[in-house]
Amino acid sequence: MKMNQTWKKQDIELKPGMSLNGKWHKFRYMIKRKLGSGAIGSVFLCECNGKEYALKISDNSTSMTMEVNVLKSLQKVQGNRLGPSLFDVDDWVTPHGIKYSFYVMEYLKGETMASFIKRNGSAWIGVFMLQLLEDLERLHQSGWVFGDLKAENLLVLSSPPRVRWIDVGGTTQKGRAIKEYTEFYDRGYWGMGSRRAEPSYDLFAFVMVFLNLYFPKRFNKGPNAEKVLYAKINEVKALKIYSPCLMKAIQGKYQSSAQMKNEIANTMYKAQKTHTSSKQTGRTQKVRTKTKSPVIVETGGIFLLALFYYLSSLLVP
Amino acid sequence: MKKGTLKQILLITDGCSNKGEDPAATAAIAYQQGITVNVIGILDDDQTEEPEGLHEVEDIALSGGGVSQLVYKQSLSQTVQMVTKQAMTQTLQGFVNQELKQILGPKQSMEDLDPEKRGEIMEVVEDMGETCDLEVLVLVDTSASMHDKLPTVKEALIDLSISLNARIGRNRFCIYSFPGKRKDIQKVFDWSPKLDAISTIFPKLTSGGITPTGPAIREAMYQFGKKSLLRSLRDEDEPNVEEAGY
Ligand SMILES: Nc1ncnc2c1ncn2[C@@H]1O[C@H](COP(=O)(O)OP(=O)(O)OP(=O)(O)O)[C@@H](O)[C@H]1O
Repeated sequence: MKMNQTWKKQDIELKPGMSLNGKWHKFRYMIKRKLGSGAIGSVFLCECNGKEYALKISDNSTSMTMEVNVLKSLQKVQGNRLGPSLFDVDDWVTPHGIKYSFYVMEYLKGETMASFIKRNGSAWIGVFMLQLLEDLERLHQSGWVFGDLKAENLLVLSSPPRVRWIDVGGTTQKGRAIKEYTEFYDRGYWGMGSRRAEPSYDLFAFVMVFLNLYFPKRFNKGPNAEKVLYAKINEVKALKIYSPCLMKAIQGKYQSSAQMKNEIANTMYKAQKTHTSSKQTGRTQKVRTKTKSPVIVETGGIFLLALFYYLSSLLVP
Repeated sequence: MKKGTLKQILLITDGCSNKGEDPAATAAIAYQQGITVNVIGILDDDQTEEPEGLHEVEDIALSGGGVSQLVYKQSLSQTVQMVTKQAMTQTLQGFVNQELKQILGPKQSMEDLDPEKRGEIMEVVEDMGETCDLEVLVLVDTSASMHDKLPTVKEALIDLSISLNARIGRNRFCIYSFPGKRKDIQKVFDWSPKLDAISTIFPKLTSGGITPTGPAIREAMYQFGKKSLLRSLRDEDEPNVEEAGY
């Protein structure tokens, strides 16, 4: 049987400018540069018929086939795309006769959520939360759970800013054992639940994605893991208004992403309202009328921005 | 499809065997009996290169039809469950490959099929991996150098049972340590569907001076029930009584 006995990294180095031909479908891909590498295989930017794609290649045909199967299932989910769309699946035989498997997908050009928020401010937190929860809801509705949800597997595309998933390798059918996970994001590791694929598994990881933004070096679970999580959630100012929702998600209290999304949206709405009224009280009538509109613009900004991008994500196919 | 039980030995060690027969040879015998042997070699924090003594790790897994991995103790939990799952896939895929050869001819394997067909077959393999029953015998080296690693091993094993118990199929685990007091191996924890009860037993493990890996694997082999998946699959042409009523 040909399979890696260990999964030590065996990076394939494809030089920019070289081409490879698919064995089965005969497409020709010109390699432009390396985009990165993961536990299995490397990802390259390539060109085929004048269009750019991301090409993932590996000698581990089994794992590649499993990833492709997930991507294919995700293509069937209606609406906005979940994960990069799949273009081609093929094999490549080197001139020396070594066989590799590869697949070609949509090239997603973006930046990490951390760098985006660093530049544009934490007002975007709420936007990304709503976008992610909406995608998760659609994924869950179609019988899947993301599994390995983590900062490295998310990319923010620009104009309009939209979070997208890149690595869907951990995506698992509901009710099965989570295929792939990363300890920091895994509720099993934190002693907060099972590794069975259910919506609440993703919602736990979802919270950790946002904690990871503010604790990029991550943190240890210590003897009382649950307490550590609560303390960290409450420590971050930018997450303050969401903390009741985040706590609930950590405890596995949401049955669905839609439920959590509604509560987050409500929280944003309420925060905007109380913020506005607290600014209004204590000011004289005169001053208030003078400053009323700028105050609303300022405090309502977060919510309106969120609402705008949320709505536009619904409208833009 | 007939549901079978996968049988695995998971050997956790940090050094080379120094007593009894060649562990790679006993692993080969176990594999013949339908038991896969996986090996995890724990590196000390100051070991940067692959140490000589741990060369054996790969050889044992190779002849035992399993998966091996060297790892620092910090990443033990994730490694233990990945090795176990990967070995399951590997075993099941091996079986599927054999079936394919029957259908397509001796020179054909999964890699020779076009990607679409490969995808369909992989789906079957994944289904089997999710639903089959699994028996894991954990064989822990308790020679002196392992002493400070045992708490981490314990954590990793509890974590393994969390991972595997999320599957649809059933699991049974047991733990043996070696060297035993008078025997080659010593029972630490009897066959059970969960491992969370091991917290109390682990601290009591005593460490010895020798590392009889080969004899330990041989003994471990006898702790499984008689029927195994590979066996039953190989003998499929001669249906036995157990399957007749199915
Ligand atoms: N469709 C894509 N568009 C643009 N960049 C991509 C795309 N897919 C992957 N990449 C880049 O390639 C890198 C490697 O991706 P890959 O999916 O192989 O693994 P990973 O997510 O890093 O790790 P692992 O496989 O261990 O989970 C990513 O970090 C990302 O930067």
